[in-house]
Amino acid sequence: MLFLRTVLHLAALLALPPLLLGVVNRTKSIFAGRVGPPLLQPYFDLAKLLRKGAVYSRTTTWVFRAGPVVGLAAVASAGLLLSMGGAPAALSFAGDFVLFAYLLGLARFATALAALDTGSAFEGMGAAREVTFASLAEPALFLCLLVLARATGTLSLSGMLGPALPGAWGSAGPALLLAAMALFVIALAENSRIPVDDPNTHLELTMIHEVMVLDHGGPDLAFILYGASLKLFLFGAILSRLVFGRGDGALASEALFFLGVLVFAVGVGVVESVMARLRIVRVPQLLVGASVLSVFALVLLLR
Amino acid sequence: MASFVDLVFVLVVVIDLFLLASSRLGAAIRTVAIQGALLAALPLLLLRETHHLGHAILLAGGALAIKGLFIPWLMFRAIREASIRREMEPIVGFVPSMVLGAVGVALAFAFSSRLPLPDAGAHAFLVPTALSTVWAGLLLVVTRKKAVSQVLGFLVLENGVYVFGLLLSDVMPVMVEAGVLLDLFAAVFVMGIVMFHINREFSSLDTEKLSALKD
Amino acid sequence: MLFVILAPLVLAPAALAVPSNRRRPLVLLAGALLHAAGVAALFASPPPPRAGAWLAFDPMAKVTLLTTTVLFLAAAIYAQGYLARRKDRDNRVFVGGLLLLLAAMTTVALSQHLGLSWVAIEATTLASAPLIYFNHNARSLEATWKYLLICSLGIALALLGTFFLALSGAAPGGPRSLLLDDLIAAGPALSRPWVRAAFVLLLVGYGTKMGLAPLHSWKPDAYGEAPGLLGALLAGGLTNFAFLSIARVFQVTRAAGDEAFARDALVGLGLLSIALAAVFVVGQRDFKRMLAYSSVEHMGILALGIGLGGGAAGGAFFHSMNNGLTKGVLFLSAGNIHRAFGAKTTDEVRGAARRLPVSGPLFLAGFLAITGSPPFSPFFSEFAILNGAFGAGRFLVGGLFLALLAVIFVGMATTVLAVVQGDPGDAPRVPDTGDSWLTAAPPLALMVLVLLLGLFLPQGLRDLFGAAAQLVGGRWD
Repeated sequence: MLFLRTVLHLAALLALPPLLLGVVNRTKSIFAGRVGPPLLQPYFDLAKLLRKGAVYSRTTTWVFRAGPVVGLAAVASAGLLLSMGGAPAALSFAGDFVLFAYLLGLARFATALAALDTGSAFEGMGAAREVTFASLAEPALFLCLLVLARATGTLSLSGMLGPALPGAWGSAGPALLLAAMALFVIALAENSRIPVDDPNTHLELTMIHEVMVLDHGGPDLAFILYGASLKLFLFGAILSRLVFGRGDGALASEALFFLGVLVFAVGVGVVESVMARLRIVRVPQLLVGASVLSVFALVLLLR
Repeated sequence: MASFVDLVFVLVVVIDLFLLASSRLGAAIRTVAIQGALLAALPLLLLRETHHLGHAILLAGGALAIKGLFIPWLMFRAIREASIRREMEPIVGFVPSMVLGAVGVALAFAFSSRLPLPDAGAHAFLVPTALSTVWAGLLLVVTRKKAVSQVLGFLVLENGVYVFGLLLSDVMPVMVEAGVLLDLFAAVFVMGIVMFHINREFSSLDTEKLSALKD
Repeated sequence: MLFVILAPLVLAPAALAVPSNRRRPLVLLAGALLHAAGVAALFASPPPPRAGAWLAFDPMAKVTLLTTTVLFLAAAIYAQGYLARRKDRDNRVFVGGLLLLLAAMTTVALSQHLGLSWVAIEATTLASAPLIYFNHNARSLEATWKYLLICSLGIALALLGTFFLALSGAAPGGPRSLLLDDLIAAGPALSRPWVRAAFVLLLVGYGTKMGLAPLHSWKPDAYGEAPGLLGALLAGGLTNFAFLSIARVFQVTRAAGDEAFARDALVGLGLLSIALAAVFVVGQRDFKRMLAYSSVEHMGILALGIGLGGGAAGGAFFHSMNNGLTKGVLFLSAGNIHRAFGAKTTDEVRGAARRLPVSGPLFLAGFLAITGSPPFSPFFSEFAILNGAFGAGRFLVGGLFLALLAVIFVGMATTVLAVVQGDPGDAPRVPDTGDSWLTAAPPLALMVLVLLLGLFLPQGLRDLFGAAAQLVGGRWD
């Protein structure tokens, strides 16, 4: 049974992420009163990109080519550590949340390096911004994970998001709620979503994440897109388990889990539709705010 | 139930932190109104056998009417008449003031359990919430430049005092009502802005321009 | 006892109802006379103390009420002349506000309940803020705004302090009351940390109202922009009541056994205020702002006196009376000079003694009195405080106090002499603003009083200061 669930989760990890992008886009188009692209459009895009060839600038080196591959690999490995629907992850050990956070960091590092490798001042600016904001988002993510660790009394992601979590809501409800709020903000920032960044923007001066990947094409771009959707799925999975982590029995909790991920995607779409992008100088404020919330949550648990 | 009361206290503190970071006056006023409404619910949520129900209802109703509705309405009128919407960069920036606020909150929550409370049954979050709210209010008053923001800071400060007053509601109810009286003071204060029309004299509610008097 | 509170309180709406701008000031005079009569009656037959009463006529109340009623009477007579000259302004709010202020101040003096004291102090802020805006210009608006904002912050902190104090006695078996007698009787049974926190907050809160440094920043603006008449009542009257409230809180703190801490805090804030005033008085060209800093200085002296205790405490209560009356002289005569020249800086004002043959010399005499020159009474009260400092072996405090007083004397002298001496010549002139009976006699009368108190202090007053000092653990030598 547990084996079946693990297989299901790995399959979901590989297959579902582009669907989340589709759901986000569909939500946005409904808010805008458009018909919008089909739900499966991201899959078609990926298929199209994978069939194309790639063009590489002569100034780039292997670093540029390695960027998308390392990025995707790192995010996918992070996915292996993530427990879904209350079942243990494929891989888990005490302290694996540190590895989880740093695998995400590695993916960002590879992308930023690839962007710098192009030698374009423009992409360098994007990389600088991305890393600046990441340096603020990372402590917040760690603080949130610490809150989970403290509330459940375990040090592995499988434990933090495992069976102890629903019980922790009774004893540490306010702290977990704060952590969930902070985590949602971090999810928006990490995935380059409004109000931090706009994935659809092509206004050069305001881009953050998108500007870094302008020079990638074909399969490389497909990897990057797929990696981004995977990352969105990872955050959706944590939040879904944190907020919807109820339900007895395997079937109920699995159903709730996938429902939660879907709700998360809709939520991101709603935020993107109703909010405007923040000015770049205000972004650190948002991220520090998320850190402050998680510090407060931690203080509530430690007192 | 206990967890729900926890949540109200925590939300009050989150609102303090939000206000320290917020630059839009309209949003800030609305948030202060929400905080006022949350505080108005507290006397009823914290009701115990030793308290008078009538007194709690009176307090809750009064707080809701003044903190939740009347003062926000006045404030909205003030910013509409002066047609201002944003705080400018404050004396201490938004991020530093938020971090300062968070430090205060952390200290309040970490150490308040050491304070000797005569009433052992009091809610554990009450004193730290009161102290952090007072601290946030002080920060707001001291660091902001617009008259409206300073009044908002004063309201937050006074909300903190009110929360603390709830601790005394069975010992000396009259004193707690004096706390609500402080609101009336604030109301007059707010009307002062409208009446005195700082904007008419100075064409904005910016207290930076109130700087003719100095040594 | 209620009469002295109710008389001005009832007359305030009456003043608002009087339609004539010319006759309205008479209501003020009536209020002042009734109040003075009421206080006199209280002195003639003091009401017996009742346990559990919220109002009582204790020695501290006697000292402050006596000063204030004399000062207010002088101010009310002065107002007849002043408001007659200010026909350009509607005085409805001004007269009503002054009467409300008097009622609120009287309540502070008589209140034995710390909660009631807080409410009354809040009321004094509310009643006095619109008065500062009397001139309705940008500068007075700015002063009003600062006064409101800073004082209301102080008031909010004072409420928190009052809550702390209530909490200190809220344990089962505690007094569960904010009545002064109950709290003092409970004494050591009060929870020490809360009492200490309460004292700090109340010192800060009421200290703001009193104008102790570093919470004095509203003072120069408010006193500088308010009419001289209001300046006299704020600097000579209102601040004394904030001082009285701090003294009452000190009584409780002392009973709870935290005396040393409270004394250190008072001495520290007192010296800081005097030092800060010294810094800002030197080179001050605006003579009304100079008076405000002088007020900061004297608030510091009062705090110092209570903090030092012993004979200095008696001196502090004597000084609160002297400072009140002398500030009356100074602000009223400064108001006359301000009106006559239409300016209040030494850049434009000179030769006041020639243009205003009474107010000019009075301003000079008031300056000599307030800086502690014999034979005026402030000399004796400041001497008592200094004596207390040296007598208690606090040589550093005493020496510092003396040195700062010298600096302030020199600093104020430069400004005052520049204003009073010389030839007015082409200095700006406002028509019909010379000394008249109504505007010159009240400060003159106060000045004579200050001189008489210096030359001869009746035994009754000595006993009174002694009794007041005893409440805070001091005595009258």
